[in-house]
Amino acid sequence: MQRQLVFELPNDLQCIEETVEFVVSRCSTCEEVARKLRVNFRVSLAEALTNAMIYGNGSDPSKRVRVEIFLYTCSLTARITDEGTGFDPHRIPDPTTPRNVKKVGGRGLFLMRNLMDEVRYNDRGNSVTLVLNLPSSERLSREASA
Amino acid sequence: MAFKISSQGEVTVVDVDGQLIVGNRQELKQKVLDELEEGRRKFLVDFTDTGYIDSSGLGVLVSLSKKVREQGGELRLSSLNEDLRTLFELTKLDTLFRIADSRDEGLASF
Repeated sequence: MQRQLVFELPNDLQCIEETVEFVVSRCSTCEEVARKLRVNFRVSLAEALTNAMIYGNGSDPSKRVRVEIFLYTCSLTARITDEGTGFDPHRIPDPTTPRNVKKVGGRGLFLMRNLMDEVRYNDRGNSVTLVLNLPSSERLSREASA
Repeated sequence: MAFKISSQGEVTVVDVDGQLIVGNRQELKQKVLDELEEGRRKFLVDFTDTGYIDSSGLGVLVSLSKKVREQGGELRLSSLNEDLRTLFELTKLDTLFRIADSRDEGLASF
């Protein structure tokens, strides 16, 4: 493992933007990684934090959200855990159907699933793990010198 | 982050500087609704200087588009970079909005 970040956030939506930038600034190891972090990871982390604060913690300002970031050579993993009772991620409808596409909400989990390489919940449903595969520095070096 | 409102003839242009996310979506919504209340009906939201948009940001665009249309107007988008366009394509919102490649093209489309 190259780097690990673990911290807790107050249940405040205004913290999300700064948190996302803080994490990205500490995980961007090269240009290719930065490109994948630019939107895929930023959006997914913002979605996970939003879900944790609004749905998981029920917008309760006394609750907290735990953020764990693990940067490996080939992947970046973020685990976001709230204090809620959890939810069933299989019960989220497809937001891209003709009927649902006109709805205001319901795209958060869909975006996470499409922008990250892996999204999994714990059994309780109050902790989501996001995995983004990164091109290894060895492979990038090989490609650059080829 | 900031939303800059300006007028180009009949079109109200909204520049999204930074992120359009859960923490600031209400600010954008209020600014557009204020303009709508003042009688403006043509809106162009320009994303030239936008970093990323989350699902709340996409949602507020859907909501505003609906409200503007209910008043007989239209809200269009412009200058989505490749990453942002991917978000609209993934969510199929590219089928809901008229999206121009550039601000000038967006202005000319009204």
